[in-house]
Amino acid sequence: MNPLDLLTEPLSYGFMIRALVTTAVAAAVCALLSCWLVLIGWSLMGDAVSHAVLPGVVLAYVLGLPFAIGAVVFGFLAVGLIGAIRDTSRVKEDAAIGIVFTTLFALGLVLISVTPSQTDLNHIVFGNVLGVSVVDVVQVVGLGAVVVAVLLHKRRDLVLYAFDPGHAHAIGLSPRRLGALLLGLLALTAVVALQVVGVILVVAMLILPGATAHLLTDRFSRMLVVAPILSVVCATVGLYLSYWIDAAPGGLVVVSQGAVFSAVYLFGPRHGLLGRLRNARTDRAAGPGSDITDARRARR
Amino acid sequence: MSSTDAAAVDVEGLSVRYGPIVALDDVSLTLRRGTVCGLIGMNGSGKSTLFKAMMGLQRADSGRVTIGGLDPAAARRRGIVGYVPQAEAVDWSFPVSVRDVVMTGRYGRMGPMRRARDTDRAAVADALARVELTELADRQIGQLSGGQRKRAFVARGIAQGAEILLLDEPFAGVDKRSEATMSGLLTDLAAGGATVLIATHDLHALPSLADEAVLLLRRVLLHGPVEEVLAPHNLARAFGVDPLDHGSRT
Repeated sequence: MNPLDLLTEPLSYGFMIRALVTTAVAAAVCALLSCWLVLIGWSLMGDAVSHAVLPGVVLAYVLGLPFAIGAVVFGFLAVGLIGAIRDTSRVKEDAAIGIVFTTLFALGLVLISVTPSQTDLNHIVFGNVLGVSVVDVVQVVGLGAVVVAVLLHKRRDLVLYAFDPGHAHAIGLSPRRLGALLLGLLALTAVVALQVVGVILVVAMLILPGATAHLLTDRFSRMLVVAPILSVVCATVGLYLSYWIDAAPGGLVVVSQGAVFSAVYLFGPRHGLLGRLRNARTDRAAGPGSDITDARRARR
Repeated sequence: MSSTDAAAVDVEGLSVRYGPIVALDDVSLTLRRGTVCGLIGMNGSGKSTLFKAMMGLQRADSGRVTIGGLDPAAARRRGIVGYVPQAEAVDWSFPVSVRDVVMTGRYGRMGPMRRARDTDRAAVADALARVELTELADRQIGQLSGGQRKRAFVARGIAQGAEILLLDEPFAGVDKRSEATMSGLLTDLAAGGATVLIATHDLHALPSLADEAVLLLRRVLLHGPVEEVLAPHNLARAFGVDPLDHGSRT
């Protein structure tokens, strides 16, 4: 077979083109947001919100409302409940997060099981990127565009919120409002991404690209470029793999992102494990106070 | 504008409780413009709570704080208060450069997208020059030494145009030479009219730097010239352990 066919054959199917567009858009949007999430330390919160939106999405389906509305309502509900349990009982935050998101997720599963529907609502849980309709694609692109526009418009305030919320407050910004904005965007992004990988794996797309990019660069503006590129490339590779080896597309998207993270973690030029071990060894060999040691320390 | 004869900081009868725990009890404190004041107390004495109250981050149970004649919210909107966090409160692996950090001091004066104009870039360059970090401006913030990191945050306050600078443990993990640089810098800022309040339990740097000092143990035990406050019998009151007094913390 002509190697080019590997790339072009899947594109002869409309469902593959829709899947590719949806996957690429979701991957890019998730990757942008993940740059902030991993720096603030909101990975677990991303996990929680992305799971907790499930009952909201099902209820929105039942009521004939856009999924995004249900998702945002339940995203904020989850965060409110987590805060309330943490602040008004002796339960610690990680336990509060675990309790709230698993309960809401379970509630979503129950709602799915009792909701008669034309479409299989279990696709929300596991993703169904090969079955997205044109309407789904339009919704993903529209929501994704809103999230990206708001993120880029507010990007400097959100970076300051992540780095030093105390200073943000001191100069008259509202850290509380910026945090709420980010939560709203998180819930919307969960809706975008659940089409591709499903509720369960959304969190992977919300953490991996940002974490990988953070290992590759010391500039936030570069993270905002590196993370989406890596994410989109991995997502496309995952989707093609799923076509040719006939395996779960959502799973393969996340596995390829995980594989790239592992490679960067081990072999990354700046903050990779092997590079750091090698540097530490030459530092020891050169001895303390030597020019090589000092120069390298200064560079790091 | 706040009138020039208004005190830089005026705290009146400030009390803050966290549930049953009293963090600050009827604290009153007035700081004049152009002074460097040490805020001395052990961990849990209420230093951080007092800072938070001055920044408007902490609601008072009673009493009030006035900054340059304004309430803390109005003072915040004008960017009057600059803050240098303690080292443990900062994520030093965060992907921002020294210049990026100093630029955030200008955000209160910028449009909603915080796009830097020439005046902002010039203010940041001036601030970096004042703290002698111009050559290191493009380093990632964590690649600075302990003393340089502190100076970067002071530069942020300068770029901000802060009239009151709050520093939380600025000498922790800082070598002697950096400490002297920092002291000279803070003295210069005060000479230019800024009010500098330094929370610390590290006392040896204070005499050469501060004009006055406050001993804090949830209440103001003493506020006076730094030599007097640092006298051993006075320090014993702030750091001495009272066997009847446990369980209180901030």
